[in-house]
Amino acid sequence: MANRVLEAWNGTAVNRRDVPLLPVGEFQQIVGDVVTAGGRVTTMFGSRSDAGDVVVVAALADDPEGKLGLLSTRVADAWPSLTPECPALQGFEREIWEQFGVRPEGHPWLKPLRFEATQAPRDATIPAAYPFFAMQGEEVHEVAVGPVHAGIIEPGHFRFQCHGEHVFHLEIVLGYQHRGMERLLEGGPDKRTIPLAESIAGDTAVGHMVAHVNAVESLAGCQPPPRALALRAIALELERLANHVGDLGMLAGDVGYLPTASYCGALRAEFLNALAELCGNRFGRGLVAPGGVRFDLAPEAAERLADRLHDAWERVQSAADLFFRSPSARNRTDGTGVVSREQALALGLVGPAARASGVARDVRRDHPTGMFRFRHIPAVTGESGDVFARGWVRLLEAERSAEFVVSELRHLPRGQVRIACGPPAPDRMVVSMIEGWRGEIAHVATTGEGGRFVRYKVKDPSFHNWMGLAMALRDEQISDFPLCNKSFNLSYCGHDL
Amino acid sequence: MFDLLRIRARMGAQTVAYPDGPARFPERFRGRPALDPARCPDGCRRCAEACPTDAIVDAGKASMGVDLGRCVFCPACAEACPEEAIRFTRDYRLSARTPAELVARDDVPVLARALDEKMRKLFGRSLRLRQVSAGGCNSCESELNAAGNIQFDLSRFGIQFVASPRHADGVVVTGPVSRNMRAALIDTWNATPAPRIVVAVGACACSGGPFRGSPAQCDGLPGVPEIPVDLWIAGCPPHPITVLDGLLRMLARVEGDRLEVVGTGIVK
Repeated sequence: MANRVLEAWNGTAVNRRDVPLLPVGEFQQIVGDVVTAGGRVTTMFGSRSDAGDVVVVAALADDPEGKLGLLSTRVADAWPSLTPECPALQGFEREIWEQFGVRPEGHPWLKPLRFEATQAPRDATIPAAYPFFAMQGEEVHEVAVGPVHAGIIEPGHFRFQCHGEHVFHLEIVLGYQHRGMERLLEGGPDKRTIPLAESIAGDTAVGHMVAHVNAVESLAGCQPPPRALALRAIALELERLANHVGDLGMLAGDVGYLPTASYCGALRAEFLNALAELCGNRFGRGLVAPGGVRFDLAPEAAERLADRLHDAWERVQSAADLFFRSPSARNRTDGTGVVSREQALALGLVGPAARASGVARDVRRDHPTGMFRFRHIPAVTGESGDVFARGWVRLLEAERSAEFVVSELRHLPRGQVRIACGPPAPDRMVVSMIEGWRGEIAHVATTGEGGRFVRYKVKDPSFHNWMGLAMALRDEQISDFPLCNKSFNLSYCGHDL
Repeated sequence: MFDLLRIRARMGAQTVAYPDGPARFPERFRGRPALDPARCPDGCRRCAEACPTDAIVDAGKASMGVDLGRCVFCPACAEACPEEAIRFTRDYRLSARTPAELVARDDVPVLARALDEKMRKLFGRSLRLRQVSAGGCNSCESELNAAGNIQFDLSRFGIQFVASPRHADGVVVTGPVSRNMRAALIDTWNATPAPRIVVAVGACACSGGPFRGSPAQCDGLPGVPEIPVDLWIAGCPPHPITVLDGLLRMLARVEGDRLEVVGTGIVK
């Protein structure tokens, strides 16, 4: 297999012409074998070659070895679907179909993924144009929710097939947030690239931005200084803390447990405000730039910030304890929305959603880049795969993040925080992965002859995990949907791009 | 029970002092840019060339301004300027009733005018809003959620986000209005009983933000002429206090141009 797959590492650019171009059969054989043997497809995407035909590239992850494998194939207007054997590929095959018209023959769930303007008929509206799965039978009924929801959340459409309160099946229709992200990034890097990368998913601005600069720096052969790497890692963990803490509050709110809902809602601000102390924006926008970070911290300021965060974390812990020790709250979370380990593996779930089901996957540990090469954060796993486990795993990993941030702030490496980063080299390809707070983010940047992006593929962790939410709702009560939804808290815009 | 009370006591009162007291912002917070075109070297357009969203109008001229509706409040222009003719202040007030008023010039504050008396009478003490995210990246949405939490506590002013447009006095829009969300947004607006108001929140809703020009979206509410906008709130995303300021000024609950901002004392 050695010369049929190009060995690569996270955030290390390769010559794009070195990626083996295999016949479709051989390509699919390798991908299928790797997945059934317990490997993972980090991303698989199409792109238009110079000659105008569609080339599919797959990045296979060998997590125990910390390696990636790259391979590609040229496809015509159809190819056999691997989804029946490897359900984790369902989204990738649908995406390639939607973006390039390559039909995966035998795909069991071949439906529009995000109604991209490039393929969808001009007058298609969601959900009207969507072929829903429907059940028939006495007293079976449908419940339709969205795209405009009751709370302040992004749009998506949820269709439940129910019998009374009992949910047989939930179908999730996305695409409302499609803004044309990948197209806008093509031709870059240019002055718009940074705000775009920060807006792939605004609640993960730092995660996507670090994935982006890691890609750009490796294409340009730039090594940012250690102090910048430490500040990036701090920002990344602050982002994780803000979101995990906020979501614990939201979980408490959804079961009507108001003390934790109120406290965590406010405590989330401590971590957002820490990002604003660092860079002026509560979501970390403007902090990360190619070559390093734009803002430094004086030693006394770092110390004050560390003290403040240490204190904030203690308050989070007491607010979270209230919730997890409340029998009435636990009654709602325990055993609700279970995703088994087998399901999580089959669907290729990532991040806390996978770890809550006992699948220990964490880019910071398996494919470390930046500061995580030197400072390790233990991966936290749960067992039960229910709402409780997803909440508990997030609390525990937020605790590790808080320890990490406080300790890093007190031991920042010396030196500058930014160096010049030249233009990307031509004809290179790099896979850049980051463990965002929802899980594995992967960006694949490919440059053409002039060193410009000819294709910039973005994968948000939600791309894998939305199907996990659909599975979690099977045989549940429809009234538990908000709770299950919040326990995943997936990104609509990160999926829709 | 005792734990609950002990923790309650420890958390203390969390609501911010604004608007009766000063607003607290970190040192590096980027609010309204202040311009000093007298310092611009002849023919220099470096800020405009660096700006990712082409927010700078008449660069280098005496009439130079920053269109806050387009500005994503990144540090690019200030970094590019060799003469410090452009710098970000901590003035968090970034709302206006028309797009033209959203252009910041010199060091003049940008303040939203109040609604007319009839509308103020209707909504001044009770305003129910329906939020529609139309391609938003979830940072504007997060800040709107935060505006309702115990710190910023929108509801102390009688302002509340409600679950249905039928219960609402107005619609708050975030995002550049993706093509796929356009119909649902217009339906939501139509379902809101008149008289109603519309608030555009964030650079995307005001202009398309970084997505401007993409065929998959409409360049924000200016690209949806069916929906008339009453208030434009700039920011990427606007801080919850910026949102509060815009809404309260529109309702004439906050008036005047006195600015009280204090630092946090962490990064000095």
